[in-house]
Amino acid sequence: MDWQALRLSLELAFVTTLLLMPVSLVCGRTLAFGRFRGRRLVEALVLLPLVMPPTVLGFYLLAGFAPSSSLGSLWQAMFGGTLAFSFPGLVLASLIVNLPFAIQPAQRAFEAIPRDVREAARCCGMSAMRALVRVEWPLAWPGIMTGLVMSFAHTLGEFGVVLMVGGNIPGETRTMAIAIYDRTQAMNHEAAAVMATMLMAISILTIVTALLFSNRIGRPHG
Amino acid sequence: MMLEIAVRHAFEQFTLDAAFRAPPGVTVLFGRSGSGKTTIVNAVAGLLMPKSGRIASSDWTLLDTAQGVRLRPHRRRLGYIFQEGRLFPHLTVRQNLNYGAWFAPKDAPRENMGRIMDLLGIGHLLNRRPGTLSGGEKQRVAIGRALLSAPRLILADEPLAALDEARKAEILPYFERLRDEVNVPVLYVSHSASEVARLATTVVALEAGRVVAQGPAAEVLGDPSVLPVGAREAGAVLTALVVRHHDDGLTELDAGGMLLFLPRVAAAPGSTLRVRIAAHDVILSRERPEGLSALNILPGLIHDVHSGDGPGAIVALDTAAGRVLARITRRSATGMGLEPGMTAHAIIKTVSVAVSDIGGGSACRANSMP
Repeated sequence: MDWQALRLSLELAFVTTLLLMPVSLVCGRTLAFGRFRGRRLVEALVLLPLVMPPTVLGFYLLAGFAPSSSLGSLWQAMFGGTLAFSFPGLVLASLIVNLPFAIQPAQRAFEAIPRDVREAARCCGMSAMRALVRVEWPLAWPGIMTGLVMSFAHTLGEFGVVLMVGGNIPGETRTMAIAIYDRTQAMNHEAAAVMATMLMAISILTIVTALLFSNRIGRPHG
Repeated sequence: MMLEIAVRHAFEQFTLDAAFRAPPGVTVLFGRSGSGKTTIVNAVAGLLMPKSGRIASSDWTLLDTAQGVRLRPHRRRLGYIFQEGRLFPHLTVRQNLNYGAWFAPKDAPRENMGRIMDLLGIGHLLNRRPGTLSGGEKQRVAIGRALLSAPRLILADEPLAALDEARKAEILPYFERLRDEVNVPVLYVSHSASEVARLATTVVALEAGRVVAQGPAAEVLGDPSVLPVGAREAGAVLTALVVRHHDDGLTELDAGGMLLFLPRVAAAPGSTLRVRIAAHDVILSRERPEGLSALNILPGLIHDVHSGDGPGAIVALDTAAGRVLARITRRSATGMGLEPGMTAHAIIKTVSVAVSDIGGGSACRANSMP
């Protein structure tokens, strides 16, 4: 059992989920209610990581992270290290990969709020901000949580993109999924099996949690 | 408070250009769907920004495009009662009511929560969630939420349209109480002739985005040339006093000195009622008829004979009880030689008056008591 890998996986999942929370709140609501040019295009872009092969996505991210690229050189100028094959690079990659998982359910949840309920909030004397905090968020919460739980579970198991972007550096980029692959390659099936069971248990737990939340989406409003 | 409303807005399909006054009491925007009623209410609420317009009273300006004044919805101090209540589904009834109160300005005159709950009969629902309430209960809570937000004006957009007949009968009296017991003007949207007849202090008749008539309810509803929802729905309103209930299931009323018999009404002797007399339930006779089964015969003077496009004509008859409309065929009108100034008798079958057309409360006549 590679405890270091487990810790790294959980850290990656937590950081990713935490960072995705504001992203899903803002993007989910904007896509649900915003009427702007190019909305469909943004929606399509958000969905792209879902259909792109992980290795292809990882390949392009790796290219983008290279010190010769503008993002890579900016990062190096600001923080010293490289994005590629580092934990921060892994976080950034995992954020992008998980955009559809986090934003889609949040968007659906915001869309499910009846227009009249939002208007009722405004007519009750709530400012747009208060209506958002007091009415929209509580109503969209199950959907937002579903998205975040899905992102968490997905990050724990992500393999292709992590391997491409992070490689297999113990304590830095070797997550559980990579460690399982590593042990299997080394014919250490017992260690791989223990870790696989561990990941499976966490996955089942998160899916159950997600289902509990999603059961509450679209409950009769009003 | 006299609110003056003028709204102009262009849609792809039609243009709204309406101006009217909403005096205290219930002002009903009356018209078919698509006539612009909801657009006006949304402009007053601030949910729709009209191209140009002015919505203001002497000391209160909600919108004045010429002056560049556009109050945001939450600063307008309105209570909006939506078609389907639209309570906040994640909150209990108590929290919904509190949400109405919390966001009102601190110095606003407060309605007493207990009084509102008594008025609407919702005290026993406080800990329930909207999902578990019946349609009628939801609508009552929505009225309470609107009232508790200390509004200067209440907007109600067809608040009964989503309810079945029984629920409508349950909720209408609460709006009558709102009109008679709460000192907040109401702007009420409806396409139902009987709702208008029972609730309206003032009627604003709308057709295709324009105001075709406005004034006291009895006046507008008694005008045979104003038919915002069609001749089939024409009908005048009488104000009558309950005299006594009879053993045979009838209630005797006094309308301007004329006797009226109606099916038993649940109102104590001495109380005032509004009675809508549907025009197609009225028969006209030149002579006073004898040996007739109908109990109500009102003599009067013909004010106007209004012929439409179809086979029908609407005759307006001024009686001691008030203006009565009769919808008869043009053939009859011509055959009887009906003309303004002529005497005639309106015959109204007692059982033809629907219970839903009889409402309690304030007089519908502003100044035309004969």
